[in-house]
Amino acid sequence: MGENLFANYGEVVAMLLFGIGFANLLLQKNLIKKIIGLNVMDSAIYLFLALKGYIIGRIDPIIIDGDLNAERYINPVPSGLVLTGIVVSVSVTALMLSLTIRLYQRYHTVDLDEISILLRKEGK
Amino acid sequence: MDLICNFPCISIVMCILGGIVSSALKGRAAKYLNAVILLAATIMSASVFGYTIMTGESFTYVMGRFPAPWGNELRAGVLEGGMALFFCVIMTLSLFGGQEKLHTEIEPQKLNLYYILCDLLLSSLLSLVYTNDLFTAYVFVEINTISACGLIMISQTGRTIEAATRYMIMSLLGSGMLLLGICMLYDMTGHLLMENIHQTLRASVTAGKFHVPLMITIGMLCVGIAIKSALFPFHTWLPDAYGYSTVSSAAILSSLVSKGYIFLLIKLIYRVIGFDVIYASRVTDILFVFGVAGMIIGSLSAIKENDIFRMIAFSSVAQIGYIYMGFGLGTQAAMVASVFHILSHAVTKALLFLSAAGLADASDGSRRFLDLTGSGYRNRIAGIAFAAGALSMVGIPLFSGFISKLLFAEASVRNSGKMLPAMIALAISTILNAIYFMKTVIRIYTPVKTDQGTILLKKHKLFAASMACFIALNIFLGLCSDWIVDLIETGLEMFV
Repeated sequence: MGENLFANYGEVVAMLLFGIGFANLLLQKNLIKKIIGLNVMDSAIYLFLALKGYIIGRIDPIIIDGDLNAERYINPVPSGLVLTGIVVSVSVTALMLSLTIRLYQRYHTVDLDEISILLRKEGK
Repeated sequence: MDLICNFPCISIVMCILGGIVSSALKGRAAKYLNAVILLAATIMSASVFGYTIMTGESFTYVMGRFPAPWGNELRAGVLEGGMALFFCVIMTLSLFGGQEKLHTEIEPQKLNLYYILCDLLLSSLLSLVYTNDLFTAYVFVEINTISACGLIMISQTGRTIEAATRYMIMSLLGSGMLLLGICMLYDMTGHLLMENIHQTLRASVTAGKFHVPLMITIGMLCVGIAIKSALFPFHTWLPDAYGYSTVSSAAILSSLVSKGYIFLLIKLIYRVIGFDVIYASRVTDILFVFGVAGMIIGSLSAIKENDIFRMIAFSSVAQIGYIYMGFGLGTQAAMVASVFHILSHAVTKALLFLSAAGLADASDGSRRFLDLTGSGYRNRIAGIAFAAGALSMVGIPLFSGFISKLLFAEASVRNSGKMLPAMIALAISTILNAIYFMKTVIRIYTPVKTDQGTILLKKHKLFAASMACFIALNIFLGLCSDWIVDLIETGLEMFV
């Protein structure tokens, strides 16, 4: 168990980061900190995916000298997945930030609990 | 390859294109485009459904003609075709039913934005139903979340923006876990297509490899989707999100969005991980416990509620609990019951939300129970529709709710270990359902002297027609349940 942790230290880091991001997104009251947590969580997954695609001793999958031997190159699929994932997480982040701006303009705070209290006072 | 085999792909692409074109259109034009798209998608899904019933087998559509382990695929069987048809029909009826109200709820210049979101939502629902590729499923899960968030906050009040924010936060937690689960599956198997993952996983399970990672992955996938579909303890965002958004949005969100995720979970259970593996992993027991807890606590919260929309929303929590309880029972019969309950709940909940809006209109827009007294006389169509929906939710024979409760009860009898808790939970939840729904029905039919005018059928033909369709669909599900249950069974067998 212990040597596995050391051999796969990249994955361990990715999982720790995922946990940190997840906890921040769930537990922070401040919306901006929540969004930072979201980005840390997503980036951790992309780190994990990128690590899965990388094979030590191989080169990036761009054919230059006509060498079609797949054994020379790393796995390109995870890189494609990471790119797609980044697009998704950018759009989600943009949406979250715009929601935060709307809430801030209305209630002059980015604390979600305070906003809930203010809403209850409004009584609607 | 027959022409019909292209329909799943065409319907998805058509919806996305419709969304893009709508952004350049005026509200009215976008509305007509949306209606055309809905109609076309309904016809296409119906023909896919009919085609799979006729041929008796599923078909796979290869996107871009890249062969199996590398390319992206769509797949349609009886259950997929039927679900797609059902989603299209419910969406059409919900939009038509809430259309008149919609014009009063959102600003005219924003009307086309609403229809963009509807088009995108439909495209993502269809993709979730048809896709055979896990990463595509993830991307469309996110598109679904984004468009659902837009539907919640289209009428920009403080409440809806806050509800949308809470919805996004919970949803993103869920999709993070879902994505991590998919990545771990990819790590273990090296595939993204469902069949390939299934074969590789089966080989490693028989070889006894990857036991711990597989358990964690199953947990991640199940919990991720459970968060997104608002299973109890993750339901806190739901009452606000459904209760304060526009009526059509509430109907669509409660009856379709969470169902799309649940359908994805069914596909994961059957086509990716394998029914027996999931069941042996005991994750289903956790789903069972939370499902049962949701059934009771959702109903209890609904009883305490003083706002008719929030009451219906809390009732959704209970109904989602029923579906997960079916997953937790872990038998084929229970799965059939869950799928039937998806249909039954979608039909009934959309009906309830729309008719509740009609009742509120007849009471100066108030949603408090006190003001709703006697509103069944002031808006007769909405009153009848609400009563029909309430009867179905409680489980009166003739309506679809009765059949799903019956199927759950039958399924739980066959599972010796969980029979007692499932039966008790069903009984308690039915009684609680009866308490809050019958209380409401009695209240809206209590005569009261007021100066509020009655709402006439003539002025709201579209609303009345959509209510009539919903009631007819509900009774159809209740009366033709044998045929539908047979179809669901065939569809589930085609999954493997």
